[in-house]
Amino acid sequence: MINSLDPRIKREQINEDNTIAPLTEMDQFETYEVFHQKKRGDQHVHVGIVHAPNAEMALLFGKEQFGRRGLSVNIWVVKTSNVFASDYDDADIFETVPEKQYREAGGYKVMDKINKYKKENKA
Amino acid sequence: MEHIKELLYKMADDLLVIGHRNSEWTGLGPILEEDIAFSSMAQDKIGHSQALFQILHELGEPEPDTNAFMREAKQFHNAQFLELQNDDYDFSTIRHFLFDHADQLRFDNLANSSYEPLAKVARKIKGELKYHVFHADIWLNKLGNGNEQSHARMQTALNNAWNYALGMFEKGDYEAQLIADNIFEGEQSLQNRWLSVITPIIEKANLKIPAEKDWEPILGGRKGYHTENLEQLVTEMSEVFRIEPGAEW
Repeated sequence: MINSLDPRIKREQINEDNTIAPLTEMDQFETYEVFHQKKRGDQHVHVGIVHAPNAEMALLFGKEQFGRRGLSVNIWVVKTSNVFASDYDDADIFETVPEKQYREAGGYKVMDKINKYKKENKA
Repeated sequence: MEHIKELLYKMADDLLVIGHRNSEWTGLGPILEEDIAFSSMAQDKIGHSQALFQILHELGEPEPDTNAFMREAKQFHNAQFLELQNDDYDFSTIRHFLFDHADQLRFDNLANSSYEPLAKVARKIKGELKYHVFHADIWLNKLGNGNEQSHARMQTALNNAWNYALGMFEKGDYEAQLIADNIFEGEQSLQNRWLSVITPIIEKANLKIPAEKDWEPILGGRKGYHTENLEQLVTEMSEVFRIEPGAEW
């Protein structure tokens, strides 16, 4: 017997020569991606993954894993295999040429105009 | 007040004992996610129990911790069903299903009780109870309709649990007074509602409730008669507390 102070190991009474069995198909459930909403109207935000045999059990686990602390009003679960993702090898599609500030919100200088407007209307 | 105390004690003890039993699965659950969910619900049960012990304390009974940890097994009023050892996950799941439905219906009724402190607790824990039942129903359905092995094990567990479960509705000495004072609907009415709620769910899980002619409620728990399982549980549960009662942890 494996001698351990861990009560779980003591209770399990595991033999010294216990060999780890290879994983089989039934060893792991599929994974579901969990999305959590803090309050109505907010976006659902991805918070993690649960293993589950079906969608309703994934909801059950998702609630307990990710919704038991703090505010929650809603949870979505989506099978990981149903997520169509981009490839990390294609990460360069996100690279953008720096000389295009006009395409970014920060490229618009509006504060001057706003201040000017305020000043004019105050007078 | 004796009638209210009797009601509070049996409920508090049911919740304390099942909370402790279910917590024994912590670290041993079938998968990590279920381990966390089941442990979390066990903690909820202890919390509900504590709220009831708090009311008892306000009625002149000992401090909640003292009351929970310093009594002997024969002073407990829980139904014997809840003290039985976990055995396997099939039995624990069936017990979770049968008890939690009764628990939810009981608190549902008490939310409208004329005894306001109890009604207040009932309203506060409504959401947690809803999740517990939701959890139990999904597992029952999944395992009842799973493969041949899971179905057979769930049916056996249900058969073994049934008469113990009926013992949850053992009547106390103050039944008539509790009903007359609009404090609680009474065990008979609760049992009838419980049966009508769980029957279709059990059928949907492809399981069968034992034939009515074989129903023999296992009584005694409410009056302090228990199996040896409770003594083992109380000893283990209160082991740390009894080393130094009153210590701050």
